[in-house]
Amino acid sequence: MQMDDRSKLLRRYVIDAMRGGGRGHLGSSMSMIEILRVLYDSVLKFDPANPKSLDRDRFVLSKGHGCLALYAILADKGFFPISELESFCRPTSRLGGHPERGKVPGVEASTGALGHGLPIAVGLAIAMRLQKRNSRVFVLTGDGEINEGSNWEAGMAAAKHKLSNLTVMMDYNKLQSYGKTSEVLDLEPLVDKWKSFGFVTHEVDGHDVSALEAIFKKLPFSDSAPSAIICHTIKGKGFPFAEGNPEWHHKSGMTESDIQQMYDCL
Amino acid sequence: MRKTALDCVYKLGKIDERVVFIGSDLGPGVLDKMKTEFPQRFFMEGVSEQYIVGMAAGLAMEGFIPYVNTIATFLTRRCYEQVAVDLCIHDLPVRLIANGGGGVYAPLGPTHLAIEDIAIMRALPNMAVVAPCDADEMNRLMMSTLDWPHPIYIRLGKGGDKIVSEEKNGFELGKAIIMRSGTDGMFVTTGVMTQLALETADLLKKDGVNVGIVHMHTLKPFDSSGVISAIENVRAVVTVEEHIVNGGLGSALLETCSELRPDLLSKIARVGIPDKFATEYGSQNSLLKHWGITSDTLVGAMMKKLGG
Repeated sequence: MQMDDRSKLLRRYVIDAMRGGGRGHLGSSMSMIEILRVLYDSVLKFDPANPKSLDRDRFVLSKGHGCLALYAILADKGFFPISELESFCRPTSRLGGHPERGKVPGVEASTGALGHGLPIAVGLAIAMRLQKRNSRVFVLTGDGEINEGSNWEAGMAAAKHKLSNLTVMMDYNKLQSYGKTSEVLDLEPLVDKWKSFGFVTHEVDGHDVSALEAIFKKLPFSDSAPSAIICHTIKGKGFPFAEGNPEWHHKSGMTESDIQQMYDCL
Repeated sequence: MRKTALDCVYKLGKIDERVVFIGSDLGPGVLDKMKTEFPQRFFMEGVSEQYIVGMAAGLAMEGFIPYVNTIATFLTRRCYEQVAVDLCIHDLPVRLIANGGGGVYAPLGPTHLAIEDIAIMRALPNMAVVAPCDADEMNRLMMSTLDWPHPIYIRLGKGGDKIVSEEKNGFELGKAIIMRSGTDGMFVTTGVMTQLALETADLLKKDGVNVGIVHMHTLKPFDSSGVISAIENVRAVVTVEEHIVNGGLGSALLETCSELRPDLLSKIARVGIPDKFATEYGSQNSLLKHWGITSDTLVGAMMKKLGG
C-alpha cells in the first residue's frame, strides 16, 4: 500500500527524533504509524491544550518501545513542539526511549516493560464506568508483547466486566526482537484466542487508512464485551531495507548516512 | 490483625467513595458487607496478581484509592515488576495489604513464607512499608491511609489477640514509637516482634537489666532521627524482626547509622531469619524457634552486647 503525504510526514518526524537521539526502535514504530494516525485524526477525543481533561479518551501505548510513533503524532497534534522531537533520549529530554506519564503531555502510562498496558487499561475502563463517564479506553500492544501472561489475565477480566468501553489493538507485524513470532512463540490462532477470551474481534490492514477508519467507526463491536482489533502490519513499513528485517527492530549508534538513507525513502 | 485491616477497608469505603477493594481469590465471605453495600467498589479478580496490580494502578490514575489484598508472597514476588512499574514509577496511592508476613503460613512451606518482603518492597522508590504490631495499631494505621499520596505496603503479622500498642502513642506513618524507654539497652523492633521484645524486656528487668523498645512500625520512610535519639544513650541495641536479616529492619538501622552515626554501629546486633528458605513446617512459633527468634535468643543477644 502506498503511503500518502501525511503518513510520510509522521514517519519523517520519527526520523527527526532518531537523528537527535542517534537511536530508536525504527521497525516497531513504523508498523504502527497508520494506527496512531487514524486514532488521533478520527477516533480519540482529546485536547492538547488540556491533556488531562476528564472527558478525554484514554490511549495507552503498551508497546512502549514504539514511542517514537506516539511522540510523532503527539507533536503533530500540538501536545508539545515538533522541534522537541530532536531531543529524543538526551539527558534532560522529556522524550525517553520509552514513554513516561507525567513527563510527556498526552502519555497516559509509563510503559516499556511489556504486558502492563492492558491490565492498566482495564483499571481505567472500570474507573470510567464507576465515574459514569463516556470516555473510551484504547490500548495498543505489540505481538511479541502478548507472550506475556499478564495480558491474558487482564483479557479474562475485561470480558468478565463486560468492558465495552475498552478496545485492545494489536500491532501484528509478525516479528519480535529475535525473529518471526511464528518461530519464537507462535501466537496463532490469534483471532480465535482473543475471541475465546471474550473479545469481539476483527482484523484489519494496519496500514490502510480507510479500512482503519471504517473498523474504528464500528466500535464498540458489542455493548456487553470488550473489542479487539488485530492490525496486520509490516515491521519497518516504508523503509525497504528495514521491512521485515529484525535487525531494524532497534538501532543504536546511527550515522548520518543511516539517517539520510531513511529520509531518502520518503 | 487481618480481620481488622479488612474491616477498616469497609469503614474507609463507607466514608470515602474513592476507596475500592481488590482481592485475588480470597476465602469465601471476605468483606461481604462491602460487597453487599457497595458492590461496585468490591472486586474479586481471581488468581492474577500481575493484572490486579495493573488494574489497581489504572483505577488510582483516575482518582480511586485501591486496597489490594492477598497473600504477601503473591503480592511481592509474583508481581514485583507490576509493583515497581505500575505503582512505584507512577507513584500511585495503592495500598497492598499483605497477609502472612514472616512465618505465619509455617505449615504451608517456603512458597508461602514472606521472609524477604520488607527488603524487596523497601528497595522500591516511592513505596512506604509498614508493619503494625497488633490489631489496634492496624486500625490506627489503616484509618490514616486515605490521603497518603504514594503506594503503601502493609505487612500483616500474626501475634494472637494480644494488644500492646497504646492509643496515646497514636500512629503517624514514618514516625517511630518508643514503647518503653531503657537505660541499659534498646530493642528496635517491627511488626509483631514488638510483642516478643516487650516480653523479653520484662524478663530482663527481673534480672535488673533495663531495656527499652522502639517500635518501627514504618520501615520506609525510616524515622532516622527518631530511632537514633532512642538508641544513642544506651550501651546495646538489638534489632528484632520476623524477616530475613538481609535488607530488613536491622539493615535499615545499620545503613542509617553508617551514614549518620557510625559511632553507634558497634553496639548493634541483629536478630532475624537466617539467609535461607525455611526447611521446616510446624507452626509459626516452632519456626520462630527454629530460626532463633525467641526470648532466649533476644536475651542472649542483648547480654552479649552489654558485655554480660
